[in-house]
Amino acid sequence: MRPITATLINLYHICHRELWLHAHEVRMEFFSDAVQDGKQLHETAYPQRADRNREIMLGGSKIDFYDPKTKVVHEIKRGNKAEQAHVAQVKYYLWLLEQHGAPGATGLLEYPRLRQTQKVELLPEDYAAIAAWEADIRCIVESEQCPPVINKPFCKQCSYYELCYVDE
Amino acid sequence: MKKSLYIFNPGRMSRQDNTLKYTAYDEEGAEGQTKFLPIENVADLYVFGSLDANSALYNFLGKNGVSVHFFDYYEHYTGSFMAKEYLLAGRLQVAQTGHYTSLKKRLVVARKLVEGAAFNLLKNLRYYQGRGRQVAEEIAQIELYVSGLPYATTIAELMGYEGNIRQTYYRCFEQLVNVPGFTFSSRSTQPPQNELNALLSFGNMLCYAACLSQIYHTQLNPTISFLHEPGSRRFSLALDLAEIFKPLLVDRTIFRLLNKKEIQPRDFVRELDGCLLKEAGRKTFVRVFEERLKETIQHRRLNRSVSYQHLIKLECYKLTKHLLNMEEYQPFKAWW
Ligand code: SF4
Repeated sequence: MRPITATLINLYHICHRELWLHAHEVRMEFFSDAVQDGKQLHETAYPQRADRNREIMLGGSKIDFYDPKTKVVHEIKRGNKAEQAHVAQVKYYLWLLEQHGAPGATGLLEYPRLRQTQKVELLPEDYAAIAAWEADIRCIVESEQCPPVINKPFCKQCSYYELCYVDE
Repeated sequence: MKKSLYIFNPGRMSRQDNTLKYTAYDEEGAEGQTKFLPIENVADLYVFGSLDANSALYNFLGKNGVSVHFFDYYEHYTGSFMAKEYLLAGRLQVAQTGHYTSLKKRLVVARKLVEGAAFNLLKNLRYYQGRGRQVAEEIAQIELYVSGLPYATTIAELMGYEGNIRQTYYRCFEQLVNVPGFTFSSRSTQPPQNELNALLSFGNMLCYAACLSQIYHTQLNPTISFLHEPGSRRFSLALDLAEIFKPLLVDRTIFRLLNKKEIQPRDFVRELDGCLLKEAGRKTFVRVFEERLKETIQHRRLNRSVSYQHLIKLECYKLTKHLLNMEEYQPFKAWW
């Protein structure tokens, strides 16, 4: 299978079915407004940021805003109840940076619409957790069977909602 | 909201910044009226007249995911320009092919398609039966065919059932269209022999194109089909899906157009050995067909209101799930 990416880590913490669908390239996002909206958020929330921050690729994962001077990863999200998944994603970025020879970075999760930010650090116990996430993700993605629907309120906002719930 | 564009008159289409520019030609071929359309409002193009365009336009359309479908003078579908298929999923492709090459798996899908089509056309007959039309015999006959579907062991057999069901169904058409001047006798194509056949050909073609557009917005491969033989037309999966939707989209549109006298015998031309819808009639048909596509119903399961057009896309999702072994495909059956 292809390398684990931060996107998969994020999805793993949201819904295993979404993770499976995404990993098997069943995609919906292209025509979904939410994704367009996310792109816009990046482009409009912090327009002046481009000069200090860099976009970097680390083994299949892309970090949109990394400031090499202060060693801060900025991740911009809309607040929508998946905060735990956002934290996991940023921790994964920090871990990736360390793997690629840039240890000691910290993360800043930003919710411009909520006017909130949250600091994220890579803690000693996270190493084992990340290894476990990765193993779990491999297991889910390599399975022939797509995991079942999760029947959560979150589903209504998910781009796979119609695919998941349409039956006849 | 994105809309389908239908172009009936000859003209020239070009790109101007992020806008489509269309200049119609008048009868002498001189440039006439010019219209501008923002690309984000365009879902796809259906070209009936002769259209002048250059590759810069097609590049622009392709980048914006807009497909163009072409039809000849006789309103037959002749081909499409499809934007790059950026959405095709490797895994799904393999699964779709697998469901075609295994007869056992293919039969499952093909049978469901015929079942769904039969259910929906019976729905039409029952509706009119409720309004006093004598169609009991045909309904019984079709039900008999449907009961045979589980025993079909070849695709040819299923196609046979499908053909019989449709023939029996069409026998009722003259009754359902209670308007003098419209006889039917039997289904004829290439060219259609009378007015009703001309309407059916035109409508079925629109339905095919509508299905093709929706398939295109999913990751299914439009060339791999289950009931129809791939290659019978380039995008044969659209033929498969159209079976399910024709009774609701096309036949109902025809009944409405004729019973409300929106299309009349004078809207047709009889040529040599065929019968064709004239331009005014085609425009009326397309308008009502489009209204139908946009009409919404409350979806039982999704708890949202969805348009008929969207129902086609949902059908694609269900097929996707079936092909990926997630959930068995249940064809759309009009529940209202
Ligand atoms: S709709 Fe729900 S079950 Fe389906 S992928 Fe999205 S979150 Fe998962």
